[in-house]
Amino acid sequence: MDDNRARGLPGEVWALLKGNIRNYAMYLALMALFILFTILTDGAFITARNLTNLINQTGYVAVMACGMTLVLIIQQIDLSIGYVAGFLGACAATLLSRGVAVPLVLPLILLAGIAIGSLEGLIIGKVGVPAFVTTLACQFIFRGMLSLVTESTGTILVKSDAFNQISNGFLPPVFRMGPMHGLSLVVGALSIALIVWSRLRARRDLKKYRFRTTSAPVFWATLLLFAAVIGVLSYVLANYRGVSWTIVVVVLVAFVYDFMMRRTRLGRHIYGMGGNREAALLSGVDTQKILLFVFASMGMLAGLGGVLFTSRLQSATPTSGSGFELDAIASCYIGGVSTSGGIGKVTNSIIGSFVIMSLTNGLNLMGVGITYQYVIKGIIFILAVAFDVRSRAKKAI
Amino acid sequence: MADIILEMRGISKSFPGVKALDRVNFRVKRGEIHCLVGENGAGKTTLMKVLSGVHPYGTYEGDIVLNGEVQRFHGIRDSEGASIAIISQELALIPDLTIYENIFFGHELMKGRLVDWHRTILESEKILKKVRLDVNPTTKVGALRVGAQQLVEIAKTLSKNAKIIILDEPTSSLNEEDSDNLLRLLRELRDDGATIIMISHRLREVVKIADTVTVLRDGTTVCSLDASEKKITEREIIRHMVGREIENIYPKRERRPSDAVLFEVRNFSARNPSTGRSVLKNVSLNVRRGEIVGLAGLMGAGRTELALALFGNTPGYRIASGEVFLEGAPVRFSKPSEAIAAGVAYASEDRKKNGLILIQDICFNITLANLRSLLKGIVIDRNEEVVQANRYKEDLRIKAPSIQQTVLNLSGGNQQKTSLAKWLFARPKLLILDEPTRGIDVGAKYEIYTIMNELVKSGMSIIMISSELMEILGMSDRIYVMSEGAITGELDARDATEEGIMEFATNTKEAVANG
Repeated sequence: MDDNRARGLPGEVWALLKGNIRNYAMYLALMALFILFTILTDGAFITARNLTNLINQTGYVAVMACGMTLVLIIQQIDLSIGYVAGFLGACAATLLSRGVAVPLVLPLILLAGIAIGSLEGLIIGKVGVPAFVTTLACQFIFRGMLSLVTESTGTILVKSDAFNQISNGFLPPVFRMGPMHGLSLVVGALSIALIVWSRLRARRDLKKYRFRTTSAPVFWATLLLFAAVIGVLSYVLANYRGVSWTIVVVVLVAFVYDFMMRRTRLGRHIYGMGGNREAALLSGVDTQKILLFVFASMGMLAGLGGVLFTSRLQSATPTSGSGFELDAIASCYIGGVSTSGGIGKVTNSIIGSFVIMSLTNGLNLMGVGITYQYVIKGIIFILAVAFDVRSRAKKAI
Repeated sequence: MADIILEMRGISKSFPGVKALDRVNFRVKRGEIHCLVGENGAGKTTLMKVLSGVHPYGTYEGDIVLNGEVQRFHGIRDSEGASIAIISQELALIPDLTIYENIFFGHELMKGRLVDWHRTILESEKILKKVRLDVNPTTKVGALRVGAQQLVEIAKTLSKNAKIIILDEPTSSLNEEDSDNLLRLLRELRDDGATIIMISHRLREVVKIADTVTVLRDGTTVCSLDASEKKITEREIIRHMVGREIENIYPKRERRPSDAVLFEVRNFSARNPSTGRSVLKNVSLNVRRGEIVGLAGLMGAGRTELALALFGNTPGYRIASGEVFLEGAPVRFSKPSEAIAAGVAYASEDRKKNGLILIQDICFNITLANLRSLLKGIVIDRNEEVVQANRYKEDLRIKAPSIQQTVLNLSGGNQQKTSLAKWLFARPKLLILDEPTRGIDVGAKYEIYTIMNELVKSGMSIIMISSELMEILGMSDRIYVMSEGAITGELDARDATEEGIMEFATNTKEAVANG
């Protein structure tokens, strides 16, 4: 801290960027992509319509990245979630086509996800089959199950309007402010207020505990930047059709998981187990139970991801779900989850998922074919992990 | 002057924070059996690793002189090239390969570019005859007893034409009969012209077999005893191993444990189900309230295994029988979380591997084992957590700018204090400390001893596992000594001596009693 004071404000900003480059990398990447694609698409990327699209596209990856963050933190992996999501999405479509009501379908699908995840967790934890093998095998199993469900009809169309609203609908236009979606503006304003309030509270606590804090100008600048981004975003969205239900779902999941990881005993135990499994066990962490919980939660979020995706397409196809697991894993690594476990933040993984989906969305707008997209995504994935490994190696010295 | 085949001159070797060897001199005559003895941590294994190139040239100071020439070994291959072979404590055999494949592993007999298996098997048979192992060379090594595996290791060194064979604790995992066979074989090899260096804790064997004994203590050479001049006795060796001037490095404490027994173990046995070997044999002990009980013994005596079994963590072995009582009530913990909830804590000997979450900060580590006490509903009370973590940081004088400091960046002593703080915060009734002062400096040691004294004064009971005899004597009220999974002695600390403990630990007393 004294160092920073000596170098003044520019020094502190520089030191902050340099020392925590890993923590800001996904924001920088997101900004770079936004600027790049805006230029390359002559502004088509930054339109309200496309941003709304981007957010609704990202929803399913974002929720699965949440669950995957926990899985990677405890040094495991789940390769099955793509086809589990595809399978459960197809199940939802089938149930709906048989006339089961939406309020019943949703909990059923989430429960099925929990069951699948728990089963995988049991095989990994109790039987001792490595996660890589178990979930790779499950990838095959649920790929088969998905074919089975969609075999007779091929693509299953979803006709339930309520279900399709989940990924295509928006908050109701209760009132309008001029040409704008009033409720969305209110939601935006409320979120800004909430963020400012929680940041201020956190800073007050840090000061009380005499922990390291950033200097006042830097603190206010970052806060202002955050508020501005949310403000601009809600303004842009309000000019189109407002805040979508997908945003509501993602924010809700993010809030619950972030709270769990930061504030509860369970979250601490997850971080502890990821940092050093043996030490955590000897400190009274029930590592078996944690493993089971993490995979069950992953299964549930795969179910949610399947629902979001199916609702978005308004149908379930024999290939839906393919490759989702890689998008989710890449999101986490871009979001700063450590490849050796123990470190990672749910909220940052969600930012990571926006990076991945901006890439998809921007390349689509540019008319780059899917074949090249795979190649580019693969390269970005390796770069992200290489960056992570290198920057951490430097810190360790 | 005698024919010196090997001389190590002024060898010094440091690890971060520890000076393992300090100008050690070591001379070996051609064609002798030379035993290297010393307490745990005296530097025996390090010295042999320097000799065999595991610690390569440049990482140590001093000279290795072989047949009058200074050597520079950059790896095991170099030392093997100079006809030196090492057999380490953990055998380096591949269990799923056959005996002949293992013997010639890494220096296969070739015919052109292909391995000549026919010749390999024939050669193996010859060598096996030499080491008196009467087994078909096509047997898989994993199917052999440990004693036979040891012989395969020796066969391997013979196949490399080693002139100097180093054995690190070759008999530690062998039974009586296999040990005797091995020792007989070593004599034969010596008579055939090989030079043998053996590290051993079993002094009974050492006096039987050694031509020369070199004693190391705290990384320096104490003396070299020549059996041809005067018969070497176990007592003499023990005296050299432990004999150092006694400094007052242990804080004074009023010793008045109550008579109430807090914790009792009766007839506790455990075995490894895959090998059938007994890990713990009929262990009985008790701990009174406010008492420090020392658990002494050599490496591999089963002390850590006992502690872990009592703590509910038994990887690789099963508890066969026995009863455990805490405050008079029978208990059996199946996982550590249960033990902690009941008030039993275990601080591991390997704090980096098993004790701490190194990538997390001090605060995280201190509160991890007792987060329950910080809960307000389902939320951890961050305010209370910071207050508590700061309190323990102050109490234990953990030197760090704040509790936000990552544990990875702390010194060994401060890491150990953090680990200790975690267990104090868990408020146990019984605290098992496994090598609490290993690898930390004298000042930090003193502070940890002081903390231990404060804890027992407040009514906590402590079992301290330690390989340092001085520490055991200086800190304990009562001492149990373990050897080969069994308790071989119980001593009152007031009239115990280092020699006395060492005799139980090397199992000589029992032998006297039996014989």
